[in-house]
Amino acid sequence: MQPKVVTLNVNGRRHQVALAPNVTLLQALRDLGYTDVKNGCEKGDCGACAVLLNGKAVNSCLVLAWQAEGTEIVTNAGLGTMDNPHPLQEAFADAGAAQCGYCTPGMIIAAKALLDRNPHPTEDEIRDAISGNLCRCTGYGQIIKAVQMAAERVQKTGAGGEV
Amino acid sequence: MKYKAKPLPTVELPELRTVGKSLRRVDALGKTVGATVYAGDFTMPNMLHAKVFRSSEPSARIKRLDVTKARELPGVACVLTADDLPDGKLVTDMPGQTGQKRRQGSDAPVLAADRVRFVGEPIALVAAETQAIAECALELIEIEYELVPGVFDPLEAMKPGAPVVYEPDNIVSTWKIRKGDVEAGFAAADVIVENTFRVPFIDHAYIEPEAGVAWMNDQDVINIRVCTQVVEHFRSIAQAVGVPHNKVHVRGTLIGGGFGGKEDITVEIVLALLAKYTRRPVRLAYTREESILAHSKRHPFIITHRTGVKKNGRITAAEIKMVSDSGAYPYLSPYVLLYATVTSCGPYRVENLKVDSVSVATNNPFTSAFRGFGGAQAAVAYEQQMDEIAKTLGLDSLEVRRVNYLRTGDRNSIGQKIESAVWLEEEATRALEALGEKETVSHDAIKIGQGFATTMQSYGRIMWFHDTSRSWVGIEQDGTVVVRCGAPDLGAGQANSLCQIAAEVLGVSLEDVTFYNSDSAVTPLAGTTTATRQLYMSGNATLKAAKMVRAVLLERAAKHLKEKPEALDLANNKAFVKSDPERSLPLADLAKMCAADGMKLQHLALFTAPFTDKLDPENLRGDLFPDFTFSAHAIEVAVNTETGEIMVLKSIGCHDVGRAINPTAVEGQIQGGSAQGIGYALMEEVRVEEGVTRTPSFSEYLIPTAKDLPTTKAIILESGTGVGPFGAKGIGEPSLTPAAPAVANAVANAIGVRIHDLPLTPEKVLAALDRARSGEG
Repeated sequence: MQPKVVTLNVNGRRHQVALAPNVTLLQALRDLGYTDVKNGCEKGDCGACAVLLNGKAVNSCLVLAWQAEGTEIVTNAGLGTMDNPHPLQEAFADAGAAQCGYCTPGMIIAAKALLDRNPHPTEDEIRDAISGNLCRCTGYGQIIKAVQMAAERVQKTGAGGEV
Repeated sequence: MKYKAKPLPTVELPELRTVGKSLRRVDALGKTVGATVYAGDFTMPNMLHAKVFRSSEPSARIKRLDVTKARELPGVACVLTADDLPDGKLVTDMPGQTGQKRRQGSDAPVLAADRVRFVGEPIALVAAETQAIAECALELIEIEYELVPGVFDPLEAMKPGAPVVYEPDNIVSTWKIRKGDVEAGFAAADVIVENTFRVPFIDHAYIEPEAGVAWMNDQDVINIRVCTQVVEHFRSIAQAVGVPHNKVHVRGTLIGGGFGGKEDITVEIVLALLAKYTRRPVRLAYTREESILAHSKRHPFIITHRTGVKKNGRITAAEIKMVSDSGAYPYLSPYVLLYATVTSCGPYRVENLKVDSVSVATNNPFTSAFRGFGGAQAAVAYEQQMDEIAKTLGLDSLEVRRVNYLRTGDRNSIGQKIESAVWLEEEATRALEALGEKETVSHDAIKIGQGFATTMQSYGRIMWFHDTSRSWVGIEQDGTVVVRCGAPDLGAGQANSLCQIAAEVLGVSLEDVTFYNSDSAVTPLAGTTTATRQLYMSGNATLKAAKMVRAVLLERAAKHLKEKPEALDLANNKAFVKSDPERSLPLADLAKMCAADGMKLQHLALFTAPFTDKLDPENLRGDLFPDFTFSAHAIEVAVNTETGEIMVLKSIGCHDVGRAINPTAVEGQIQGGSAQGIGYALMEEVRVEEGVTRTPSFSEYLIPTAKDLPTTKAIILESGTGVGPFGAKGIGEPSLTPAAPAVANAVANAIGVRIHDLPLTPEKVLAALDRARSGEG
């Protein structure tokens, strides 16, 4: 099949790119410069490439770019910046949840999807939500703490309006 | 049995302002907002894409290799084979450094010429306009193999007549310890306990696969941007590529995990060669499958312990044999074996000791460094052996250890005196106290077990390597601080620790410090981020450099404030009089005064570890390591005796880290290291059949997920007696070492029978229970 021009809405920006049908969303996003979407396995084992697709966390390596046409795609870098970090990004930094940091963008996306549907998760619910995201550095303890910290901070301060 | 924490000796550590605080790491926010750029994220104009053609056979001669069609494919810029680099060798055996006889032909060829020795060995390199074209070109490479009998079991490989992987024979390395009178020791024993333990191949499984980009600049310097634990490989890269050392520049990135797997050269030489031949930028990023195929593994070991003990548990003699599988090329096998040999009897006083260790070549994947570096494999054996001794004697596991524990001032297995605190009993009792009573379950099939392990692991390199580090600290004219140090940061917070140290000494906040690291040309060379050495080595170098800057600042401030320098201190971005803090001078003003007076505000410091001569491999005796970290880990498991499934219920790690520079980072090491140890014990194994890896991706090679582990409780003790800055000891590797044997001991405690080889899979648990039921014990 020939490439076709696909419209991808990423972090509020609109891109029109010609893509072959076998290009994954992961590859398309990285080629567009969204390198915060990490490539760890390209087959859905590690979760490092997770993005929000219409608010739902998906492994972008398991989605074809053509399938993402017309959806709202949010990567971790779309949640916040160095100047204005998202409460989850802030909490991950404070709790020591990012060691090497390579799993972190996918991990935060998984956590964001969780908190959007369940603002006060239990530890078990957090573990369930991030069980598709491998981390080799932390043993997950400080990641779980960071998600709890973000949930508490938002509840207390209403920071960021939504998590 | 209930355990109560043994009281700690009194330690008075000086109050510090920045060091010892759980500050947000300087690299943290960049990582969490996705601003950190990793090695695989770089692209360059006019860039080519590289691929590596690898052997599909574990042992074969290359009868015919034809790359003509690949070269002719439109869009292919270059295909290289061994013919294009006649002298392309990667020297991995560090000639002369082991003290062992130099082996001929043990260097790994960069590209195989006529013989392949493992599946995945590089044969040809391709650079093409796109990734897809490079992949097509690989398909067009024609190769015919003539199979050569291989050898896949280290015990088989040692037998006469076994296929020889490379000349002269398959013995890569041997070490021996001969201490005291072993025969007399066994004669004096009441009981002799003998066991053989095995550990598997495992993969580092960092989430970031190896990647990099290289280009040649206008000075003919090959620049390589890469994730590596060792920027100082630039010399080996230059040698392999055939250019002078000063024509290779390694620009290390922040690394997406290393754990020893990015200690050996990975993509660097491939990138350098292709950049040199094409004169264009080249990118290479491994897939997960290629990463598992191409990089080293943790050595499998077969370890036999024969221990003579008195009825009270005191060890009278130990005879230990170790065999490690070095795979197809030596890499760091001799040193991994050395670490294992020296820690083979654990943190115990063994006066009569005989150790024979051998590392053997096979046609399996090559093995090299992995967090714990032989010390971890040794611990799996010696700590299970201690529990077996306790069981045989009917004694408590802690009591058997307690009567044998090393104490400060004692000498270890090779006679090296331990100068720092040895708090093994303090750690073990704390970990066990925190573990508490066993959970109770009502289901008959579920058995609960508890176990622990106490271990020693060196930090800092082997002293005959004559280790050095350099760090540069400077203060800017607005009072902000710059640290430049070549130390690669693997994610454990290596760079941050240096910044916290500089901030402490110069009285600024951590936000006022910027770091530049991991560059072989523009940051001072600081040595490898391996061997748990960066805090010790580069921490001390940074401390020294920062103190030099501090001395200049205090000298100038003393003149201005009309005081002696000793009467002054630096804090809160000011110099002030200690007895009258109101009399102060902002650092920004002070720095400007120093500059105006031509005073030196930037200092480069060299830190050298203690040096020794090589030890005799026939009888290791003397000082080998700068110091050791002593650790305990306690585990509670639930074993389902119907399914064989093991769940870890509780996990406690207790370590004397000397001084925690950043407690949150130390906790992160203890939790993350123990998670790797638990994975090692329960699920991780690179399954290799006749040289072929049967666990080629994360679908088959399983590492712990958030559902597989409890959070390890970290108990951090601070004796202040380490040789690192502010009395710190290393924690990177020691955090992993005790976890796996603790799990094994907990499982044996739960089911009443020991499984002698890791990982403890459900199949092995059920088989062990069957054996126990049928009385084979």
